[in-house]
Amino acid sequence: MLGATDHPAWTTPLAALDPSHPGLFQADEMWPYFARLRRDAPVHFAESPFFGPYWSVTTWKDIVQVELNPQAFSSDSGFGGISIRDRPKGLELPMFIAKDPPKHDEQRKVVQPIVAPGNLARLQDLIRARVCHILDGLPRGETFNWVEHVSIELTVQMLATLFDFPFEDRRKLSYWSDSATSLPQAGGLVDSEATREAIFAECLGYFTGLWNQRVNAPPQPDLISMLAHGEATRNMSPREFLGNLILLIVGGNDTTRNSISGGVLFLHQNPAEFAKLKADPSLLDSAVPEIIRYQTPLAHMRRTALVDTELHGQRIRAGDKVVMWYISGNRDETAIEAPDRFLVDRKRARQHLSFGFGIHRCVGNRLAELQLRILWEEILRRFPRIEVVGEPKRVFSSFVHGYTDLPVRIPA
Amino acid sequence: MPLITYIEHNGREHKVEVPLGHSVMQGAVDNAIPGIDADCGGECACATCHVFVDPAWLGRTGTPDAQEKSMVSFASTAQANSRLACQIQVTAALDGLVVRMPEAQH
Repeated sequence: MLGATDHPAWTTPLAALDPSHPGLFQADEMWPYFARLRRDAPVHFAESPFFGPYWSVTTWKDIVQVELNPQAFSSDSGFGGISIRDRPKGLELPMFIAKDPPKHDEQRKVVQPIVAPGNLARLQDLIRARVCHILDGLPRGETFNWVEHVSIELTVQMLATLFDFPFEDRRKLSYWSDSATSLPQAGGLVDSEATREAIFAECLGYFTGLWNQRVNAPPQPDLISMLAHGEATRNMSPREFLGNLILLIVGGNDTTRNSISGGVLFLHQNPAEFAKLKADPSLLDSAVPEIIRYQTPLAHMRRTALVDTELHGQRIRAGDKVVMWYISGNRDETAIEAPDRFLVDRKRARQHLSFGFGIHRCVGNRLAELQLRILWEEILRRFPRIEVVGEPKRVFSSFVHGYTDLPVRIPA
Repeated sequence: MPLITYIEHNGREHKVEVPLGHSVMQGAVDNAIPGIDADCGGECACATCHVFVDPAWLGRTGTPDAQEKSMVSFASTAQANSRLACQIQVTAALDGLVVRMPEAQH
């Protein structure tokens, strides 16, 4: 094994360091690159063969500063939106996460009630019944892919409920979600932007049918009805409807999915932490946010500078792409004690960047926590442990930080 | 030290002394009072230390700035007397302050 300072992350000249390469994330090798940047160049400029020139913001404090300044750092899809990869010209996807105030605020407020405390309370029993059903159907004493059988299944079921989407078609939701985030270079679902647009058209067509039903019916507490009746959303263009659908599908799907898988992996890798949790399930209060911090299911969010501005001594110019690496800020030793350790009883575990901060903070954060909490309560009640029996396969992406395969075995 | 009363959504009261210069959020977190999450640690960046200021005290707690107003506006439980507790500094004039908590923080 290479010593810390022999690793290329520590020896490559700073000017040539590019932490955004999706291959680094697929190989789980991005960590030392971010450690180097936090120490030597916390706000750092690089050129990527995939994404062009961009700034990396890698420390907790600087990330919060960018989050709190939407006047200088725009999310607008017209400038490239919220991920490091610019969508091709002419194929921009307007959605409220990729808007600035006031439009962002108006559209967000249309869907916000879906996660209001009363609605979450109403969803609890349904989530528990589904979790129990999925867990009770898992094989014992044989190897299976946790991602496929639990993480994806549970999150698409939830999403189908939030949309009031035909339950038997629910796997279309994960298919559309994966199609929206796949990089053509990954050699997977989407080989070109034309393929992606064809899949998007199918998604839009399906949801337009649902919209037409809901717009002519009284308002209901599901996301499509809310959009169809909301003042700020009822006159959206088809492209904007599609954009907001993709936002809600990816936001409600990919993120929780990967935190569900990550939790299984971390508790396997840290048996003493699993033993603590098993002995005292009330530690889920801190274990759930700790899983979400440790996974950081979206590795970054991107902004575009609207004006020349200075950040941590670096001169950022209007038009520059600025990437806030949540995955790095969540391991920032100046903000979080022993950040590389996974601790189910971490003090102030809720203080992490995985949901973002400021006006774009994750709408569904408490729903995500609720799903993870119920899942782990029921796992602890049923299984002595969940063994990870092979190498996890990770996604080729520096935006979605997650898994396609997690081979596990539950003892018979 | 000023005495502050925090009332949980279920009506349970907590009376604690909070040092001058601390925020009302810190007073809750340091005394492990349930109902204030304070996810961002006091940066006015998450709205999970949302409280309702007792109307009698509204004149003395100051007015929220634009950032705070914007964050509070996304809370589905927001009311006219909503504040983020991290943005209220404890002063001698706040001795006796009463704040209530919403049903949940998110």
